[in-house]
Amino acid sequence: MKTDVKSRIGTAIGCALILIWCLLPVAWIISLSFKSQEAVTVGSPGFFPSKGGGAGWQNYQDVLADDQFRRAIFNSIGISLIATLLSVILATLAAYAIARLEFSGKKFVLTTALVIAMFPVVSLVGPLFDMWRTFGIYDTWPGLIIPYMSFTLPLAIWTLSAFFREIPWEMEQAAQVDGATSWQAFRKVIVPLAAPGVFTAAILTFFFAWNDFVFGISLTSTENARPIPAALSFFVGADPFNRPASLLAAGAVVATVPIVVLVLFFQRKIVAGLTAGAVKG
Amino acid sequence: MATIEMKNIVKKYGDGFPAVNDVSIDVADGEFLILVGPSGCGKSTLLRMIVGLEDITSGDMLIGGERVNDLAPRDRNLSMVFQNYALYPHLTVYENIAFPLRLAKKSEKEIDEKVREASKTLDLDEHLQRKPANLSGGQRQRVAMGRAIVREAKAFLFDEPLSNLDAKLRGQMRTEIARLQKKLGITTVYVTHDQTEAMTLGDRVAVMKRGILQQLASPRELYEQPVNLFVAGFIGSPPMNFLPATVEGGKVTLPFGTFPLPADKAAKTEGKGLLMAGIRPEHFEDVSVIEEGHVDTSRTFEAHIDVREWLGDQQYAYVPYEAEAKVQDQLKELARESDSDSLRTQLVVSLDAASKVSEDDDATLFIDTDKMHLFDPTSGDNLTVGL
Repeated sequence: MKTDVKSRIGTAIGCALILIWCLLPVAWIISLSFKSQEAVTVGSPGFFPSKGGGAGWQNYQDVLADDQFRRAIFNSIGISLIATLLSVILATLAAYAIARLEFSGKKFVLTTALVIAMFPVVSLVGPLFDMWRTFGIYDTWPGLIIPYMSFTLPLAIWTLSAFFREIPWEMEQAAQVDGATSWQAFRKVIVPLAAPGVFTAAILTFFFAWNDFVFGISLTSTENARPIPAALSFFVGADPFNRPASLLAAGAVVATVPIVVLVLFFQRKIVAGLTAGAVKG
Repeated sequence: MATIEMKNIVKKYGDGFPAVNDVSIDVADGEFLILVGPSGCGKSTLLRMIVGLEDITSGDMLIGGERVNDLAPRDRNLSMVFQNYALYPHLTVYENIAFPLRLAKKSEKEIDEKVREASKTLDLDEHLQRKPANLSGGQRQRVAMGRAIVREAKAFLFDEPLSNLDAKLRGQMRTEIARLQKKLGITTVYVTHDQTEAMTLGDRVAVMKRGILQQLASPRELYEQPVNLFVAGFIGSPPMNFLPATVEGGKVTLPFGTFPLPADKAAKTEGKGLLMAGIRPEHFEDVSVIEEGHVDTSRTFEAHIDVREWLGDQQYAYVPYEAEAKVQDQLKELARESDSDSLRTQLVVSLDAASKVSEDDDATLFIDTDKMHLFDPTSGDNLTVGL
């Protein structure tokens, strides 16, 4: 009993330490976003805004009133969602083929995918910049969607093919005997069973696209396609030597909200053990 | 409702190994056919070729008179119960059973009627809204059967459907399957490695070994008239005893003595050198429990009982004997082929429960040589088949 209590206290302390380590910057940025610009400039070291230094929701109102920022949010959401959707669809089909079919060059496809995923992003930015300008997709949505897809597909394919391999062959065979075409068996039986994998892949892809800075800043030049991370760096306010820290903090919080919402929403779909009961274990 | 005709079916895998070799079986309309054999004998492969999940290397598969070699599984209109059930875990029991009907684009009303009917037959009414994960093994098994019977399939195919259930449930489901098949009267092919299922369920049983059909006959014929050593050893539990034997002058010489043999059996086996005699445990009896005067003393012998197993309605006694190396090797080979293990050469005899023989004791046993079969040890053929 004694060691039990001890270990529980230890666990609690450990968890608390990790939580503080992870969440302190987030808490600080939220605190910053509620302080007024003046209070930040004169130096306001407290966690809670000092008397008269609080800005209420003013920073948020300012940020959301900014056309550039609104446009950046729209770009980010649009580009990330389209990249995620396309990437997941392609990855599902590819992963199914890799998990189920025997074809020459299967190993090659898988290793190539891994190699692409390991490629440093920076090394590709230069060539892409040149190519995109030639193709005329520089500073457009497709110009960002394509690199996001090619960098997230490998991971999505690996994740999904692992999920597909878990699904017993008999599921499809049973569906085929029941009168399904291969496509129907895939759509009505395999995809629902692989749903946790599909959502995992979707979250990973969305994170990559949402958090990307290098492509975002290099392959765009106007607010036409500039995503949030890039837009925040341009968010300097009237005086370039005196950055509006509290406004930036509010912008950062706004940029974080969609990710949190998305994870909470998808997390319910990632239920492990969905295949339980399909076959006798 | 259809016949299934298999004509010279061959299945060869990539490495050229024939998993199924030249098998021809005609299944009559409404017949219950069992495919049985040790693991790796090709019985499941044959079933999967009927349903279309395996390609046929050569030969013709006819269902209802129509050649189906090149038809996809969905176009063959057969239903199958898989060994591990293969239920759709994301669908409720109701939707699992309705799945084939939905694919066939039946009306909602018709689907509901048929699903309710199937669930009533299989006693699944109270589970219709549950997911397979929450069901017991026997219930999952019934759902799998529900999915099979809900549409008017030409035939049912079962791939070892009971092997995942515990012994008691297996017995119940076996009876249930037999009853269902009689009620629906649909042609059924059933794969099993369990000989109890094979003997009790089937109208006819096909015994296979290494891709080759050994014997296709009624359960009774398989038991009483096995065509070769393999079938004789595979069917029956405890298995048939095999003893080295020579036939001379109308008498058969076994390790325990020389006994008279019926004239027709003797005529077929006379002077053929060393043979293999097969005799089932129940064709022995303890002389002390046979009425006085009914004992044919020329067919009794003294034996040393090593171990005795009393089962209530009968008892088994084990009599070890020495056999020459050649015979021992053959017996080992035979045991290996039928997935069992023989550690020593011994005779298993089934005695009346009233017999008072005790362990490590001598007893006088009667041997019924009328029921004995004699096999050619090299080819394994039964020389006395039909006698």
